[in-house]
Amino acid sequence: MRRARKALLALMLVLAAGVAGADEAVPTLQDPVAAKREVELAAQLRCLVCQNQSIAESHAGLAQDLRNQLREQIAAGKTNAQIIDYMTARYGDFVLYNPPFKATTILLWLGPALLLVAGVFLASRMLRARRDASARALSPQDHERAEQLLSGAGKSNKP
Amino acid sequence: MNRKLFFVIPLIAFVALAAFLLRGLSLKPSEIPSPLIGKPAPPFERPKLAAAGESLSNKDMLGQVWILNVWASWCMPCREEHPVWNEFARKKQVPLVGLNYKDEDQNATRWLRDLGNPYTVSIADKDGRVGIDFGVYGVPETFVIDRTGVIRFKHIGAMTPSVLEKKIMPLVQELNRS
Repeated sequence: MRRARKALLALMLVLAAGVAGADEAVPTLQDPVAAKREVELAAQLRCLVCQNQSIAESHAGLAQDLRNQLREQIAAGKTNAQIIDYMTARYGDFVLYNPPFKATTILLWLGPALLLVAGVFLASRMLRARRDASARALSPQDHERAEQLLSGAGKSNKP
Repeated sequence: MNRKLFFVIPLIAFVALAAFLLRGLSLKPSEIPSPLIGKPAPPFERPKLAAAGESLSNKDMLGQVWILNVWASWCMPCREEHPVWNEFARKKQVPLVGLNYKDEDQNATRWLRDLGNPYTVSIADKDGRVGIDFGVYGVPETFVIDRTGVIRFKHIGAMTPSVLEKKIMPLVQELNRS
């Protein structure tokens, strides 16, 4: 009984996986190179309806229309750069998963590197300060006092 | 290193982070700024809805300030904004062109018959091509286009009386004067 239930669950999972993958960008171009380009481009473009999916993954009507656009433009001999321009002219840079490097995105691109440099700088300063503190030499008086304390002679200092 | 900095730096970092997060609360990630603002409206020519053989192109609208509203009978927020447009149309200030986006003519005409027709004219964009050219990604969307055919304003989502009164009407009046 239990085994049957397990088998049924496994079957359901397998079927669900098939459904989940069903509508993903199916290359319909005959030419395998063009089909590969279509899928690659579709993976770089954000579906604006669902935002966290590329137009290759999305089931939204707009994503399908944009995939058709990709297909047509590839068939018409447009270059990848021309197709990307077509998309950004209409939907802005937001349509790209890889934002372009320009004045408005400079913080986005360089921010992590700046944070890393700042972190290394701060850490090195702190470590150096700590090393300096521990390396400060003890005076002869310090040694004498330490010896007194350790030998128990320090007690005699008490009133 | 200065001991005070030890406490001040995390405090400053926290305040900065909190400020960014606070700003984030009032941003709407679903409203993506259009690159088309300030640029000429894309050329189009589409058949008029319920007028066999007639079509409308962007050139027909040159010389006047007009509003383009993207709508569809399958779109729920369009139903929500429809009374706002009906009210707007009563004032007869500027032409309101409806872009009937990826719809069936039959459903679209029934919708206009049932809910009222605020549009000066509606055109049918069955394949959604004009929609893509206008960067439409969510219906309804509304564009204000000036006399020279340049897009001056875009509103994403259902039109509200407040956006119409505070943003669109002042802009339309300003464009009409200039």
